[in-house]
Amino acid sequence: MSVEPLRLYFRYAGLSLRSQLEYPASFWMLAVSHFITCGIEFVGVVALFDRFGGLRGWTLPQACLFYGIVHVAFALAEAVGRGFDVFPNLLRSGDFDRLLLRPRSTALQVAAQECQLMRVGRFAQGLGVLLWGASRVGVEWSLPNAALILLAVLGGACLFYGLFVLQATLAFWTIESLEVMNTMTYGGTETGQYPLTVYRPWFRRFFTFVVPLACMNYLPVNAVLGRLDPFGMPVLVQWAAPLAGVVFLVAALQCWKLGVRHYRSTGS
Amino acid sequence: MTAYLAIAGARLRALLQYRAAAAAGIVTHIFWGLIRMMIFEAFYRSSAAAQPMSYPEVVTYIWLGQATLALTLGSADMDVRAMVRTGTVAYEMVRPMDVYWTWFSRTIAARLAPMALQVVPVLLIGAMFGLGPPPTVASAAAWAAGTAGALLVTTALWTLASISLLWTISGEGVARLIPTLGYCFCGMLIPIPLMPPWAQPIVTALPFWTVMDAPFRLYLGHIPPEGAGIILLHQLAWTVGLVLFGRWLLGRAFGRLVVQGG
Amino acid sequence: MPQIAAENLRKTFHVAEREAGMVGAVRGLVRRRSREVRALDGVSFSLEAGELVGYIGPNGAGKSTTIKILSGILVPDSGDCRVLDRVPWKDRVPHVARIGVVFGQRTQLWWDLPVIESFQLLRDIYRVSEKAYQAAFEELAALLELRPFLDVPVRQLSLGQRMRCDLAAALLHAPPILFLDEPTIGLDAVSKLTVREFVRRLNRERGVTVILTTHDMDDIEALCTRVIVIGDGHILSDGSLEALRARVTRERWLIVDLTEDAVEVHDPDAEVIRREGPQVCLAFDPTRVAPAELIGRIAARYPVRDLFVQNPPIEEIIARLYRENGR
Repeated sequence: MSVEPLRLYFRYAGLSLRSQLEYPASFWMLAVSHFITCGIEFVGVVALFDRFGGLRGWTLPQACLFYGIVHVAFALAEAVGRGFDVFPNLLRSGDFDRLLLRPRSTALQVAAQECQLMRVGRFAQGLGVLLWGASRVGVEWSLPNAALILLAVLGGACLFYGLFVLQATLAFWTIESLEVMNTMTYGGTETGQYPLTVYRPWFRRFFTFVVPLACMNYLPVNAVLGRLDPFGMPVLVQWAAPLAGVVFLVAALQCWKLGVRHYRSTGS
Repeated sequence: MTAYLAIAGARLRALLQYRAAAAAGIVTHIFWGLIRMMIFEAFYRSSAAAQPMSYPEVVTYIWLGQATLALTLGSADMDVRAMVRTGTVAYEMVRPMDVYWTWFSRTIAARLAPMALQVVPVLLIGAMFGLGPPPTVASAAAWAAGTAGALLVTTALWTLASISLLWTISGEGVARLIPTLGYCFCGMLIPIPLMPPWAQPIVTALPFWTVMDAPFRLYLGHIPPEGAGIILLHQLAWTVGLVLFGRWLLGRAFGRLVVQGG
Repeated sequence: MPQIAAENLRKTFHVAEREAGMVGAVRGLVRRRSREVRALDGVSFSLEAGELVGYIGPNGAGKSTTIKILSGILVPDSGDCRVLDRVPWKDRVPHVARIGVVFGQRTQLWWDLPVIESFQLLRDIYRVSEKAYQAAFEELAALLELRPFLDVPVRQLSLGQRMRCDLAAALLHAPPILFLDEPTIGLDAVSKLTVREFVRRLNRERGVTVILTTHDMDDIEALCTRVIVIGDGHILSDGSLEALRARVTRERWLIVDLTEDAVEVHDPDAEVIRREGPQVCLAFDPTRVAPAELIGRIAARYPVRDLFVQNPPIEEIIARLYRENGR
């Protein structure tokens, strides 16, 4: 894979960021309000822990690790995947044809449309929670451990990005605004921010093998905490797990290609 | 009045076409209902202490929320956004109709359409998973009345969000803030009774609470049916206040509007 | 060897239908009705390099569908097509790198960016070398007089300025083929002339093949030697403009604006075909009576405020073509 498409992507991203920074007041307002709204959600989690004293044997700092990884990963995906989020508008306005008329991959062009800087609000909030939890959780932060968390975040970002791509791909089959599908992606965060043992077995299986949320969150954190995985997976798997996110993204992009093919044979 | 009803009706008919969106909505509501149930079950299992709400009540609360979530979910009027961007919002001013009430009518339809399509299926499925019936018929009626009032409050809030879009740069932030605040303070995040005691008076003063939490508590019987009157009064007061504020804001917005184009 | 060849292209669309009223809306929840629209029903033609062809027809005739297929965006149900020795929809990326497309109704430039930045972005997208880009850019900027507003965001441009920028944008990568879809729609007179002059020079001096779809017959008359008429998914006529006109009718129209409403207009050489208040539309055969002579007679006899001569609109020509073909 050549580097040149990346260069084009960064060019687009630079333009997008520049236009957002043109109105610094607006950017700060959006970022701060985003930080606050994400923060309020976390306050909700803390309130529940406070009321119930714990969650099936998990303490608040441990939960913070899960919460932090999920939200930092999601914020990254949100910031970079905004193009797919607004893709249905592109279809509706008929401007997707223009993308097809350019000698470039449509996925690249859609992805590059916009880079949302304000998502730094969620990023900062998630990072804060992650660091706080990491400091309280009583684990020695060796290089391998820290690397695993980083990998988990990156793998998770790929996973969420894949969800955005899938959600956008649905727009090829229906012109209706499937905004409600947003709850699937946000549902991913609400699910992932709690340790997976909370859920019923069939749910856990879905989130390990179909949408590998567990792989980027639960398994790496377990490895870091030194806990034996109740599913009995070997340690190596816990390390390689974040790659599942990348695989998911690649699969999602294949679905995208199917969507484009459908669009080109049925017309707009 | 009939003109505004016609607008609402037209929008409703247009939105009822959105079958795929409604179906997708039902699926995601069920998904979320189950997730929430499991999370709260795990929390309840972790503590033997007595709680303001029992777990079965929380389950009912959750499913009621999923069924009527369309009241608070979504984003500000897409058409308004497009209108502002292309400058055609000027046409709104030229029509011989009150702009605020036109937008209000459209928003009511936009809130009602997805809910109408989703509420019954989700309630039925919720019943399979633990949604319990209300203790008395009076409670059920109180819930219905509360939900009707909720529709008015939430429409006023969403209309406000749409109006804030007229301020192209800063309006986007406000238009996002309103629904997120609404989501947090209406009980979908945590049922209000489960919030810490110091937060309760703050939350119950705001309008968001009456959109979901209050009707649900009427349903559960936590607030007796007689209490419906106060809830409705609360809703009415906030609706009137938001409508007046919205109308004033709209006037200011049109005053300063810059129409783009060549 | 034709540069562009279409053979027996067919394309059918399915359009959803909705019943009116609330009952219909609710019924639409359960069952969706759709009807078939045959956009293209066996369309064939071929173009040599360097031709300037007008592609005309009424709305819904299949013009945009054909252009979409030729540009590779749309896959036809059946039929063959080759552009520059490639099947457009099969090798999309190499194919679109060699064509330029301008949509009159929609710009391809980035709304919030200054024009020059849009151009630079396109240079990167089309992978044009810096040298080639500079050469193309300088020439296009000069020909289309773009310098005054290169730093202006596209959303602040007038329609005429925007169209000129769109033309330049479509040619930055020096494609041998250009598709123009309604390029002069909504433009003021001066801009129209600029655009026409530019397209003519592009074709004559550079040999760029141009397919022009338009409703403006003046565009066609100014630019095209060859005209393809499509109606109802079929090619109705393919040849020179004079031949088309001669084939359908030699008729021309004289539109007269009278100062008073009530006057009855008669003339031995002309037929009143339409009357709207003070405006009268007379059809006449220019081979039987010279336009100047007719104008003189009418002006002398009736209280004329204004008048002008025009060709029957394309819809009229097509309608007669239909009647001719017994449709």
